[in-house]
Amino acid sequence: MSEQLIRTEKLTRHFQIGNAFSRKTLHAVDNANLEINEREIVALAGESGSGKSTIARLLAMVYQPSGGEIYFRGKPLSHLKSRKDVMAYRGEVPMVFQDPFSSLNPAYRVSHGIMRALKLHRPDLTRDQQQAEAERVLEVVGLTPPAEVLDKYPYEFSGGQRQRVGFAQALACRPKLILADEPVSMLDVSIRIGLLNLMANLREQEGVSFLYITHDIASARYVADRLVIMYAGHIVETGPTEEVLGNPKHPYTQLLLSAVPDPRAPLNVTAETDRGEPPKVVNPKPGCRFRWRCPLAVDICTDVTPEPRLLAPRHSAACHVAKQDASLVTLVGAEQDGTE
Amino acid sequence: MSPERPLDGPLLEVRDLTVEYAVARGSVGAVDRVSLNLYPGEFLGIVGESGCGKSTLLFAIAQLLSPPAAITDGSVIFKGRNLVGLTDKQLASSRWQDMSVVMQSAMNAFNPVKTIGAQFKDAIDAHTKWSREKLRERSAEVLKLVGIDPVHVNSYPHQLSGGMRQRAMIAMALLFTPELIIMDEPTSALDVVAQRSLMVQIKELQQKLGFAVIFVTHDMSLVSHFSDRLIVMYAGQVAEDGATRTVFDSPAHPYSKGLLEAFPSIRGPRVHMTGIPGNPPELINPPPGCRFSPRCPAVMPECTEIEPELYPVGDVQVRCLLHQKMPVKKDTAHV
Amino acid sequence: MATIDVSTGVDEAAPLTNRRQKPKRSGGGLFRSIRSNGKAVAGSIILGVFVILAIIPQWLAPGDPGAEIFERSAGPSAAHWLGTTAYGQDILAEVIWGARPALLISVAAGLFATLLSVLIGVTAAYLGGIADDVLNVFTDVFLVIPTLPLVIVIAAYANSHSLTVLIIVLVVTGWSYGARQLRSQALSLRNRDFLQAAKVRGERRSYIIVFELLPTMTSLIVAAFLNAALYSILTAAGLEFLGLGDTSSVDWGTMLYWAQNNEALQTGQYLWATIPGICIAALGTAFALLNNAFDEISNPSLRPVRRIRVARTSS
Repeated sequence: MSEQLIRTEKLTRHFQIGNAFSRKTLHAVDNANLEINEREIVALAGESGSGKSTIARLLAMVYQPSGGEIYFRGKPLSHLKSRKDVMAYRGEVPMVFQDPFSSLNPAYRVSHGIMRALKLHRPDLTRDQQQAEAERVLEVVGLTPPAEVLDKYPYEFSGGQRQRVGFAQALACRPKLILADEPVSMLDVSIRIGLLNLMANLREQEGVSFLYITHDIASARYVADRLVIMYAGHIVETGPTEEVLGNPKHPYTQLLLSAVPDPRAPLNVTAETDRGEPPKVVNPKPGCRFRWRCPLAVDICTDVTPEPRLLAPRHSAACHVAKQDASLVTLVGAEQDGTE
Repeated sequence: MSPERPLDGPLLEVRDLTVEYAVARGSVGAVDRVSLNLYPGEFLGIVGESGCGKSTLLFAIAQLLSPPAAITDGSVIFKGRNLVGLTDKQLASSRWQDMSVVMQSAMNAFNPVKTIGAQFKDAIDAHTKWSREKLRERSAEVLKLVGIDPVHVNSYPHQLSGGMRQRAMIAMALLFTPELIIMDEPTSALDVVAQRSLMVQIKELQQKLGFAVIFVTHDMSLVSHFSDRLIVMYAGQVAEDGATRTVFDSPAHPYSKGLLEAFPSIRGPRVHMTGIPGNPPELINPPPGCRFSPRCPAVMPECTEIEPELYPVGDVQVRCLLHQKMPVKKDTAHV
Repeated sequence: MATIDVSTGVDEAAPLTNRRQKPKRSGGGLFRSIRSNGKAVAGSIILGVFVILAIIPQWLAPGDPGAEIFERSAGPSAAHWLGTTAYGQDILAEVIWGARPALLISVAAGLFATLLSVLIGVTAAYLGGIADDVLNVFTDVFLVIPTLPLVIVIAAYANSHSLTVLIIVLVVTGWSYGARQLRSQALSLRNRDFLQAAKVRGERRSYIIVFELLPTMTSLIVAAFLNAALYSILTAAGLEFLGLGDTSSVDWGTMLYWAQNNEALQTGQYLWATIPGICIAALGTAFALLNNAFDEISNPSLRPVRRIRVARTSS
């Protein structure tokens, strides 16, 4: 039974927008319950405005939650007060960013970021040991010869190589969980697979978990063990990847899957062409946020915000209309995955 | 101005088009002897990764290149007239009326302080003089065509969503019902659902109004269901050119094959994929022989010595020595 | 669960060797960039001349330049290339010795003003929120006050008219413009991922500002310095011309003051009235040229665009 690394409970983050005359509240994330275990790649998928990047920044302690709690190995993050405790967390949960062309400081060589990470999070190592470790993590991510790579400047590398440097920086901290915020979206298609393979490899060889944030369901399927779908600040579906993709319960998931272009599949001409776009959630009323675009919406969808319900083994969705699988067996007292 | 030839031939003929950029050390060839034919009503997709020259090619066809880039060879024959070397004044008659352009991230191309209708008016006034009535009518008409409520003629760009702004841009391109619309990654800034509905819309419009489309993108799977023909570009050259379905079902060029195999699928079995190792070449000093040879899984010794031409394979052309036969004769390019 | 076979990711290291080596970003690259830019070359030459004059005036014009020992108001001759003043001083000697205080003022005032600009402007941008608002108001106050009157008032009230006072006055009035500029540039850099990455890594804020943000702004800071130096030399000249500098010193601005006092232009002593002004303008031009050149070097989109010869093809 692998250890639970992250558990969020009703995680919420709001932003105040507008000026002094019309103050409004943007609900970026509402009541998110998320779980990440050891040696696991969890994909957090959604379109723009879904809140996926905000969750990453909440987990990275860039933002403070407006509500709810994040538990790391059972301990709440709000209890981390001293700099020492916060640093310890940061070393265990580093982040890799989306844009390879702005995620490395152009004024310094590649060694800078890695050595700083080692200095801050592995102070027990001597200078020589730090150098050796820097070279080791570069080799692990596939950049060789590492001593030469360390001496070069970021502009000498391609986008894919820079992202690998980003992963190396994260690895230098000896993390348990790497938060990867759309790490391949800005790379050429033929390079993406290499990095996705790297993530799978790191999970096996270095024992690192990933929270893989993406808008590309196909890449999520390729690399992730579990899939979490977000829409307009809510988590709408969670479950093992193949299960969610093969048996999508939430109408939004179904819509998303029908819209993904797949050259190998014939064109699905009967799929309804939904024209809608995800809403900006400002001062929302209760109810399901997908109801305006949902072909299955009923009255209760407008009044009551749906909570995630277990609908299939380890597979839950927040939808009033979705049906539970007949195969679902609920043992009395058994721990339920993915629900509150 | 020469009279237009009756259109029994191609709408657009590009012959050996070459574009170079002036740099400190000389010049970089961004587009190298690209030829293509486009027939009326045809949907042509041009795919390739960053640095392959597809956007430069598009700009060259539309005669929108500015220094340090310039067309150094070749011709772009649109409706019987060679556009290369013409002045802006000479081009004005075909711009927007016969050929229009939708740029990348076009939704940011709108002027934020003018209404959509005002910007339509600007576009129209630049080319012709219409009465107020006709202007209003036509603006409402094109908005309806792309699925936007005509009331938005008086809206400002920030009042529309991203997807709607993109559609509005396409509406603007349709003002004069041109015969050719060139699109440079018009969907890259949209989410997948909006992307799909926009593609379906474009295809519907194309079939209804009969215009030809050149659609440039890095996302091969996106054009797969919509384009009639597909050109795959690599390092400034055409690597493969043929009917879309043929290129997808049996890609002849190792690069096309590698590119197709780099797209993970959401259906079918989950398999390990490898992508294409290495990086595209630096065009200031391209590798000898075939430009893809350093990365090619099927490379042969002669690939670094001979520069392949485009060879016919069934109904596609391939720039690969694996298919070396007779080089393609220039005026039988289209089947 | 995963059917993916695990192997090392695709090795992208091979291209490291065939990647063309770009010029090193250290001193060598800077020298080359300067050499290729016409403005930079011109500015450097002019500045270089004045620097030489400032370092070794005693070799070029030995003796005390302020000594009133020569024939008064003499025209140019072999002994006095630029003639003499109404007090019998050799104009050329005064000009040569005047280079030192000119450079001292412009560089020192420029440096300290830039230091203040960086401190206040960049901190305001990075901290944001209330701190930003407060610092902005502070900057705006100094920005809005009319400089010359303020400078005159301060200089007039100061007890001594030494070089130090002059420099202080220039710094106090000259930092706000640069602070505004650097603040807006820092604002645009603030959301770059590498700064967020540093924060997530656990770096302290002060470290991020000094070691992550500022190094990427070096060219902007140098440009701000050149701008401040230009402002300093021109304003110092103005103050001295009004008699608010040290009127007993040998200085271009002071020369103008004395020339004006003796109605040099009206009495036909043109060289005395104009040469110091030309030197001030030349030094200012050098700073301005280098400022523009720096902009161009650091921002490639500002560089003059090359054109390629286009072969006219047949239709």
